Order: sequence, then structure tokens, then C-alpha cells
Amino acid sequence: MRAVEGAGAAARGAGPVEGAGTATTEPATELPWHHRHLLDVDGLSAADIALVMKTTDAMKEILARPITKVPVLRGRNVTIIFYEASTRTRVSFEVAAKNLSADVVNIAASASSVTKGESLVDTIRTIEALGAHMIVMRHGTSGAPYLAAEVFSGSVLNGGDGWHAHPSQALLDLYTMRAHLGDLRGRKVVILGDVLHSRVARSNVWTLTAMGADLWICGPTPILRGFDAWAARWANGRGPGGHAGFTVTSDIDAALADADVVMALRLQRERMDAGLLPSLREYAARFGLTRERLAAAKPDALVMHPGPMNEGVEIAPDVAVLDRSVITEQVTNGVAVRMALLYLLSGVHAGGFPEGSIGG
Amino acid sequence: MDARQIMTADEIRRAIVRISHEIVERQAGTEGLVLVGIQRRGVPLAERIAAAIAEHEDVAVPVGALDITFYRDDLSLIAQQPIVKGTAIPVDLNAKTVVLVDDVLFTGRTIRAAMDALVDFGRPQAIRLAVLVDRGHRELPIRADHVGKNVPTSRDELVKVHLAETDGEDAVRIERRGDEA
Repeated sequence: MRAVEGAGAAARGAGPVEGAGTATTEPATELPWHHRHLLDVDGLSAADIALVMKTTDAMKEILARPITKVPVLRGRNVTIIFYEASTRTRVSFEVAAKNLSADVVNIAASASSVTKGESLVDTIRTIEALGAHMIVMRHGTSGAPYLAAEVFSGSVLNGGDGWHAHPSQALLDLYTMRAHLGDLRGRKVVILGDVLHSRVARSNVWTLTAMGADLWICGPTPILRGFDAWAARWANGRGPGGHAGFTVTSDIDAALADADVVMALRLQRERMDAGLLPSLREYAARFGLTRERLAAAKPDALVMHPGPMNEGVEIAPDVAVLDRSVITEQVTNGVAVRMALLYLLSGVHAGGFPEGSIGG
Repeated sequence: MDARQIMTADEIRRAIVRISHEIVERQAGTEGLVLVGIQRRGVPLAERIAAAIAEHEDVAVPVGALDITFYRDDLSLIAQQPIVKGTAIPVDLNAKTVVLVDDVLFTGRTIRAAMDALVDFGRPQAIRLAVLVDRGHRELPIRADHVGKNVPTSRDELVKVHLAETDGEDAVRIERRGDEA
């Protein structure tokens, strides 16, 4: 796995260089979190991912209480700025931050000074001057949160940037899969659909191969562009150690055969270049997830979708509501995962604080 | 290392049995009693007290585990967020008598945090406190109802409780701060 990416990521402490294969069990030593920002999942070690999963368990317990609020982020300001439309991710981060007693400021970029020509860097500096400790950001341009992390003195959480990364989504997908399947080593996970425009797919490639899943990427050839080369890099040993496979194919029947998880992705019509696909109807006919196609997967295979769904295009309406569909569970787990991320990141400060302890 | 042993395995066992009797006596029975261990070593201690009560009263008292991390008052002072061990409260705490169980009572800040956490689960009829060791130096107006052993200490000493469940042996030792590895 790659080390911490640039862009102001916190200095790496004495982190474990653990084989990815051991990731789904508890790490032998409990190392505290040391990342200041969450920009992508490619900088997370197997032990980091295990810590996020374990902390998410604790957050799920809070969500089951009569009062779903703890005071841990009291006095912290979490500013949420989304330059792209979103319902679930934005609301999920907001609910997560409020459950931890943070003060939440929401900025809709379309109604802010961004429309007057303010640059991203100026916007971030302004948000900082207004008291933000953490920024949750979504931007249409890949890499924008990395730029924000360079100028912001607090923590930046990437809520999705362009086609590049959507780390909190990949972690909630992983959490949901593990809740049903336990250890993912050797489990066949299929990501089906518009992977080309999908930051969800790209982040999931990192976490799923790191957890040792047998990953299949499936879609029409024009929108698999780039994934072949990625799979070849992994096959040459440049991916996380111990991954069970990374296959890229347009053969949907081969992809779905005996699958443990099928994740359908939204066909991103707003990002689609002309000419990539002949028509929506042809796409739905050849790559839509229908009951008939799903029959090739394992009988209890999980059906997932990061939402929002184009029902009748990438997923049939009756498939989305099957018992084995965990689509609404993904949304619920999303709040817990984001609570865990906010909690973990909030403890890592730019300057560092002296070690203290609570007395018995 | 000049670690001084202040409780042996036998002394720990006897203290737990005595505390278990005291708890039942104070409650005049086991009706409405819930034991809640504070992570990490309070949890096995609470289980041991429950086992002792089961032995002499033939009643299984519910046992919960409480992680106080999210209620600490010093999170902004420490470098990294502590690893969360998890909370599991198996019963409704409304109108119950909750006995908090921890290994060492020191400043009282952990207990303050634990009480804040408990009231998020309901309104107990009473909250009591049982500890294996009370070492003094309170910073908050908190006292224990049931104490295994009172140990006068100086502030620069550390009281280390080892339990078979978490550390492979039963023993309580005192050492000077900085002695530990």
C-alpha cells in the first residue's frame, strides 16, 4: 500500500507495515490514529482501516441508544462545503457531526461568494478565519481537497472529488460488507456499472483489494478505460499485499457467477461524454442488474448501491428492494462511519499537544 | 525495577468477595441491581463481582461495560484520540441501582465521565461506586461506596492493577512514574 500521500497529510508515526491479509482481524498492537486529513483511502494501512471499523462499531452502539449524542466534539466547528449536489453524503456528515456535539456550518457553494469568483484557496482561508476546525468538502475537480489541505490548518475530509476518490463511501461500503460477511478474504465482490466516472469505484478498489477480496469490475468496454492498466499493476505486485484478485471484464455473466456482493453504480449521465454509450436502453438491457442476472450470484449475495439510483437503468426496481439488498443499511452505516472518521481525525492536530492522561 | 506489590491474587479475590457482600447488603438484596464495569479493567472486575454474587445469592445480576472515552474532559489536551473499547449496557437503567466498577480511583475524573455517560442511558434510581484500589488525590467531589483497599500514594507514583483477563496475572503494584517500559 502506498504511504501517506502528500498534501499536508500528518507525519507518519511508528506505523505498522502490516500485510493487508491480516487486516480483517484485529491488529496485534493497537496503534492510535495519526492522519490529520482523510483525502483518499490509498494512504490508509490495514491497521488504520481496522481502527476505523472498530471505532464505527462503537458509533453504532451510540446510534442504538435512547439519546444518540455524545459530547466528544463539543466546541469543535465542522464546516461542510459542497460544490456539487448531494443529499446523503452531506446530510450524513451533518448528522454525524451533530451526534458528536460539534457545531456544524453548512455552505452551499452555489449560494456563496464562490459565484462571485472567489478562489478555492480564498474560500478555505475565509472558512478558517470564521473558526472552522474541520472541513468536509465535495468538489467537482479531482484533487481539490488536496489543495484545501495545503492551506487549511485543521483537518480536511474529502466528501468526494471529481472522478478521483470518495473515501468515506468506500469505508461505509466495507463496513456494511463486513457486517454481513465477516472476513472479506477471497470473497467475490463485483462492482458493476459506470466505473469510469466513479470516485466510489476508485476508492473501493483500494479498500477491497487491501482487505483481500476477489474484486471484479464490470461494465461496457468504453467505460472500463484505465481499469485494465490498474489491474495489471496490481497483478505485477504493485497493489496491496495479499489481494485475492482484480479482474476487469465486460462479461456480466462471468462477473456475477457465484458473487458474494454485487455493487451497482449509478450511470452518471451528467458526466457522460457523447459517444461512450449508444443509449440508456441498450445499457439497461446489457448491464442492468436484474433478478434474472442476479440468479447467477450466490443465493444470499448482497446487493449494494451507493445511491442515488437510476431505477430501471443500472438496477431494476425489484432488485433494489430485495431482502438481500443492503442499500438503506449503507446509508445508516454511513452516519456511524463518518462519526468514527470525525472522531479519529479530530484528535490529530497540526502542532501536536503534549501527552496527557486522565487520572483514575 | 522497584515495583512494590500491594495486593496479591488472594487479596484481590477476598476483596472482590467482600465487595460483592457489601453491595448486596447495601441494596438489601439483588433487586434492581446492575453492575457496570468501566473499560478496561473495570469490566472483568464487574464480572467477577457478579460471579461472587451468583455464588452466594444464586442470582445472575446483569453486567454492562462502559467506555467513557467520548465523555473525557481532557481530549483536547492529548495528542491522539484514544482507541475506543466499546460500550454494552444490556438492560434499561431507568429506576435501577447501578454500581460502577473500576480498578483504581484517583482524581475522580473517570467517574465523572462515567456518570455523564450513564445518564444518557436513562435515569438510574442510584449510582454507586466500587473500586479495587482507592489511591487518593481526588480533584472532584467523588467518593467510593465500596473499596477493596485504600492505598496512600504520592502523585508521582503509578498504581498498576493486573488482572488475569487482561494481563495474564492477578496483582496490584506501585511503581514510580517513569519506571515502566
